Amino acid sequence: MRSIAFPGRFSSLDDIRDFFTEAAKEADLDKKSIYHVQLAVDEAASNIIEHAYKGEGKGEIECSYLANPGRLEIYLHDHGHPFDPQSIEAPDLNAGLYMRKQSGLGMHFMKSLMDSIEFSFKRESGNYLKMVKTRKDRIAPHNRGRR
Amino acid sequence: MEINTAMMKRCVLLNISGRIDGSTAPKLQKSLNEVMTEGSYRIVLDLKRVDFVFSAGLWVLVNAQKKCKRFNRGELVLADVPQRIYDALDLAGFIPYFRTFEDSTKAVGSF
Repeated sequence: MRSIAFPGRFSSLDDIRDFFTEAAKEADLDKKSIYHVQLAVDEAASNIIEHAYKGEGKGEIECSYLANPGRLEIYLHDHGHPFDPQSIEAPDLNAGLYMRKQSGLGMHFMKSLMDSIEFSFKRESGNYLKMVKTRKDRIAPHNRGRR
Repeated sequence: MEINTAMMKRCVLLNISGRIDGSTAPKLQKSLNEVMTEGSYRIVLDLKRVDFVFSAGLWVLVNAQKKCKRFNRGELVLADVPQRIYDALDLAGFIPYFRTFEDSTKAVGSF
């Protein structure tokens, strides 16, 4: 597993994206999946700065990954305030322009673009986020011939 | 992210290049606010050189559209939207909020 800690600032977003882009390439993900990873990690890191640290320069975002052929596991860890994903209201995608509330879009992107996302919080060490992305055009050997 | 602003006869054209994320979205918001403060509410955003738009950037577009359309005084339209940016708009449910044109010439001509 590779890990790097980045300062919890919006100016770190490029470096965080680049770090996980290389990870996605290492996992041999397809171009579309790599783009989805880029979107999801950007939203996740932005959420950490805004909701966990409640501002820039309050702490680090520890980024790690595990790359296997066709599968990438992404781990983000921060030492900010407890983040409760249930507190984020789901966006109303059918609302009219003036009824649309500015919330929940980042979480919606992460849930929609990744295969799975899991949040956890430990009092002594902070928030943990695990996201998994797999390559869709690859059939696991044990499933070959079943489609 | 770079923004070039051009005053057209009936609208303002903003050519944007780069990434619109949490880091750069405030710059785009500032540019749009300046245009609207000067009384221009008919705005074309040319997105062909935009690599990424994240949720922070998408909200800048929606909030600007809310201001532009208020009192029927104008509209913000999008031109030359790359597929991946269109997909992000679609995922956000924002497609119905914007007219899109295949290039900025047609978008400018729509006003």
